Amino acid sequence: MAEKISFFQYWNRYLKRCITGPWSLLCGLSVTLKYFFNPKRIVTEQYPENRKTLKMHERYRGRLEMIEDAEGNNHCTACGMCERACPNASINVLPTKNIAGKKVLGRYVYHFASCTQCGLCVEACPFGAIRMGQEFEVSTTDPSTLEMILNKKEGQG
Amino acid sequence: MSSLPPGFRIERDTNTEEFFINMGPQHPSTHGALRLALRMDGETIVELVPHFGYIHRGMEKQAESMSYLQYIALSDRQDYLTAIQNNLGVVIALEKGMGIGVPEKAEYIRVMLSELGRIASHMVFFACFGGDLGGQTCLLYGFKEREMVHDILEEVTGSRLTTNFFRPGGSRYDVPDTFIPRVKAFLDHMEDTMKDYERFLSKNIVVLERSRGIGVLSKEDAIAYGCSGPVLRASGVNFDVRRNNPYSIYDQFDFEVPVTYNGDCYDRYTVRIAEIHESMKILRQCVEEFPKDGPWRAKEKPVRLPVGRYYSEIETAKGLYATYVVAATTGDKPYRIHTRGPSFPHIAALNKMVQGYKISDLVTILATLDPVIPEIDR
Repeated sequence: MAEKISFFQYWNRYLKRCITGPWSLLCGLSVTLKYFFNPKRIVTEQYPENRKTLKMHERYRGRLEMIEDAEGNNHCTACGMCERACPNASINVLPTKNIAGKKVLGRYVYHFASCTQCGLCVEACPFGAIRMGQEFEVSTTDPSTLEMILNKKEGQG
Repeated sequence: MSSLPPGFRIERDTNTEEFFINMGPQHPSTHGALRLALRMDGETIVELVPHFGYIHRGMEKQAESMSYLQYIALSDRQDYLTAIQNNLGVVIALEKGMGIGVPEKAEYIRVMLSELGRIASHMVFFACFGGDLGGQTCLLYGFKEREMVHDILEEVTGSRLTTNFFRPGGSRYDVPDTFIPRVKAFLDHMEDTMKDYERFLSKNIVVLERSRGIGVLSKEDAIAYGCSGPVLRASGVNFDVRRNNPYSIYDQFDFEVPVTYNGDCYDRYTVRIAEIHESMKILRQCVEEFPKDGPWRAKEKPVRLPVGRYYSEIETAKGLYATYVVAATTGDKPYRIHTRGPSFPHIAALNKMVQGYKISDLVTILATLDPVIPEIDR
């Protein structure tokens, strides 16, 4: 709480603020005008129109993807390291056996709805079989599309 | 409080009844789901009781069933404005347990990203402070600079907000080649814009009238309630973990700790603006001395802590952020992780600050505390 002041002091302060107050507002307005008339300072983007030119950074963590060649082969050995590294159980690696009786990847089930895109699975993978994608428009109206199987081919290798 | 001469103010001698007002949990100026129960006498606040827990997620309990690496990802979600610094706090505690050192380049990366995070957080404060006082242009200006920081963070870490970047012994990736030029360009841009912003807000009559002498927190109260960071320094206590108990390589840099002595809202604002300049000073020194080559992380080994208790404390943009890890068994899972967040003591001290002020001042006071509610509730 401020101390009580005399009427003369109050009147002096009042007059002083009548001048400094509007001046400070004009100073602020000059900044606004500077931005208004300087087209170089525009930072907004015309988003849906410039969709084709938009590119995320190389390390951007989007949806999980499996690295596959043209024939659909991948490096996954169904070891389950990514499943163990995932903090919220978004990955289920379902192994199967091939004709030779060797353990191979059956289905790589990925629950995008619970994924937080932390990237720990990519870090844990010893074979470099998965990566985080570049896609950033991932919203959907159909929840069933959020459960996906990442590998195209079943029981390879 | 304006001080009118005697006779100017209407003396109230009628019997007024006290009444209660709920502010929040959905009020936009409460910075998250925070409910404030107010006991009012007219428009003057008599008592304030904060209610927490609307977004309690049980993070410390979750951590008991997580590995240490997964907890680093979880620590992003505490104080999301300074996620990169939370990572650093957890990682330093883990490094103490594992007994590994960090190469010089990794330390530089840590310091630079932490300071960038501090600037981003203070820009949000600048934006919200102006926005809460009614200047909506200020809200957009502050977020513009924050966006530039987040662009740098996205390029380096892969994510804008939830960075999940630091690891015991270094970081997840090396920085890209474009990192240093981008930081330089950002600093040059920031020098210019900060001049504009200070002209815009620091001397504004509305800001001065609404924040000077409002919400005074005395030095004794600030210490007694356990405040830290800019709130503590605005009350005249010269304490900064970066200087008093240096972690990482903060002892190598030349920077000052801004301190002001009034403890009111305007001081908390000026301390934060001064801290942006100090952060830029540290970043300039980093850019000059950044090691070109050399390892960017120590030899990678699995994160397994021996039995023991490990403690680390760092200075985030909000204040003192401490992590206490208890490892009961040797392994990759903690027995207990406790976090000491900076925002909780600030909200606890809020009752001391608002008593006797008007309800419109409460919005100003809450804005200058700069609380992040998910960090309080955890």
